[in-house]
Amino acid sequence: MSIVVRVENVSKIYKLGLIGSNTLAGDLADAFARIRGKESQEKKLNAENEDGSIHVALQDVTFDVKEGEVLGIIGKNGAGKSTLLKILSSITSPTTGTIKMKGRVASLLEVGTGFHPELSGRENIFLNGAILGMLRSEVTSKFDEIVDFSGVAKFIDTPVKRYSSGMYVRLAFAVAAHLEPEILIVDEVLSVGDADFQKKSIGKMKDVAANQGRTVLFVSHTIKALQALCQNGLMLQNGKIVKTGPIKEVTDFYLGGSDLNYSLSNEWTRENAHFAEGVYLLAAKIKNEEVIYRSDRISLSFKMLFETKKKFHLSFHLFNKNEDYIFNCMSEIMDFEAGEYLINFEIPGGLLNEGGYVVHLNFVENGSTLTLNAFNILAFEVKAIATEGISWYGQWPGIVRPEIFTESIKI
Amino acid sequence: MGNLNTEVADNENKWTKVIEPTESLFRFNFRELWHYRDLIVLFVNRDFVAAYKQTILGFLWHFIQPLFTTAVFVLVGYFAKIPTDGLPRTLFYLTGIIIWNYFASCLTKTSNTFVGNAAIFGKVYFPRLAVPISVIISNLMSFIIQFLVLIPFMIWYRTDVHPNIYLLCLPVIILVIAMMGLGFGLIVSSLTIKYRDLVYFVAFGVQLGMYVTPVIYPMSLVPAKFRYIMSFNPISPVMEVFRFSLLGRGTFSEYTLAYSVIFSIVVLLIGILLFNKVERNFMDTV
Repeated sequence: MSIVVRVENVSKIYKLGLIGSNTLAGDLADAFARIRGKESQEKKLNAENEDGSIHVALQDVTFDVKEGEVLGIIGKNGAGKSTLLKILSSITSPTTGTIKMKGRVASLLEVGTGFHPELSGRENIFLNGAILGMLRSEVTSKFDEIVDFSGVAKFIDTPVKRYSSGMYVRLAFAVAAHLEPEILIVDEVLSVGDADFQKKSIGKMKDVAANQGRTVLFVSHTIKALQALCQNGLMLQNGKIVKTGPIKEVTDFYLGGSDLNYSLSNEWTRENAHFAEGVYLLAAKIKNEEVIYRSDRISLSFKMLFETKKKFHLSFHLFNKNEDYIFNCMSEIMDFEAGEYLINFEIPGGLLNEGGYVVHLNFVENGSTLTLNAFNILAFEVKAIATEGISWYGQWPGIVRPEIFTESIKI
Repeated sequence: MGNLNTEVADNENKWTKVIEPTESLFRFNFRELWHYRDLIVLFVNRDFVAAYKQTILGFLWHFIQPLFTTAVFVLVGYFAKIPTDGLPRTLFYLTGIIIWNYFASCLTKTSNTFVGNAAIFGKVYFPRLAVPISVIISNLMSFIIQFLVLIPFMIWYRTDVHPNIYLLCLPVIILVIAMMGLGFGLIVSSLTIKYRDLVYFVAFGVQLGMYVTPVIYPMSLVPAKFRYIMSFNPISPVMEVFRFSLLGRGTFSEYTLAYSVIFSIVVLLIGILLFNKVERNFMDTV
């Protein structure tokens, strides 16, 4: 099979900080300053963070996609997925490198781009279709199919501003799903609508990919959707490709690759502590034994130093290693005198699922003023007790695994 | 996934789309724009239809605005005794206003292209020029409608006005106005990405522009020594030709008209140049 997308050494560099002063007067003043041989205001500002003022969003990304291949692109937030899609869709251009493609390209970074609230569903189908690159004749020939798929036939001549958000999204996705380019670029758009519609959308995407032989580049955080749709995968991390291959291998690497460096106890000196406005975090500790089992209560303790009197509390955030947000809780809002304190938390046993967890903390003053985000304060692993499983070994599905009361009674 | 440098080296020249860091500024992909012609039509339709949804007078707004403005100018002109080349005041002002309106709305609405469409432009690619072109066309439609308003007045004042062979210039006049409106609009929209204050400048520039263009006074009123300066305004000759062709009075020469035509072409080229330069990366700054 021939190669239809070839990405060669593509990099994208963003300049951070000030890009000009944003007013003509300001830039003119700068220009005059330069003419007079003085350093401009702007330059001075930039010089301070000279090395931090560029951001490399993509670095030497090279890959090929064959005709009919469905390639899944994975990576954490900020890994460069969106930038890659934007460059592939011609929304922005690469800083270096080239991309070559064969055939019509359509990209779907959002559903319902360009929908106009005052226009009817019918008018919006044509408008949105045209924005996505369809000819009027193509939309006409698919019109009935689109309306059918969306399930809003009854309201097709109503302005879309009167639609419920569900109807709106269904109509928008229906138009997009009936695009017929040779190369389709899809961002996380399948996560719209209710469960039923999601199923229908994934089915439609599968059909597009498998039966119509189209080349698809698909970005998602939903491992399940990726595994259902893609043959191959590509994982980005900090703008670089770190893994390519069959989708299963890449998703496994993605999940496993984020293995945590477990740290059950951390101490800091005043010089390197997390601190904000006279409050220092000097130590964080999990008081459990070395191994934490699912049924154990988990006791966490944070040693704080207050330099002055403060009305303060800690906001505690727990994430699992897939970056799912498990919960947020707060310590008691209290008036602390200057001195050292311990702030303790206890997570009940039998709540968390097996797996790795990370703790983030926020410092909050006066009940609502956030003064510091402190990330990755502690990381720990919860293990299932070996004898606990009945016939299922390994991690149970689901984000948490609480003890659910259940009984079976003969009546 | 495949290995680079594999079997497909012979396919190298069959790529239909190549994306590179820089492209020629003078590239003008007419074929691509043509592919999106339906989109332009739909944009025109959207602007035209959606503008007057949920309004009481709806479509009538196209007539009301020029008629009321004319009425005000007629009153002011009457009391201030501004001459109108001996033409009926109503017709004199109406012709001036509708042609100025076309220029002003082309300019102000295209000057917002990037900032106003950032949400769409950030999510999907289509030739960005489709947006300003559709603006020019939908404004042309309202120009034509307003032009129709002229006809009953022309009939009413039929003994005072003398339409003539210069009416054949009408398409050129409209084209020149459209090119200037589009050209300036593209320049401004490309610059507003960096300099947001240009938006305010345009709003009041258009207002001031009307007073240095013979919209509410005839060119013949301008003393001969200032007329030279006035003729630097590329819209003045077009305005005068427009009036002359319909009403039979106006002050212009072949040279001033040729100047307007050349000016409009140059402005449009500069506009497209800047637009091309900006369009590829504006999402990074906007």
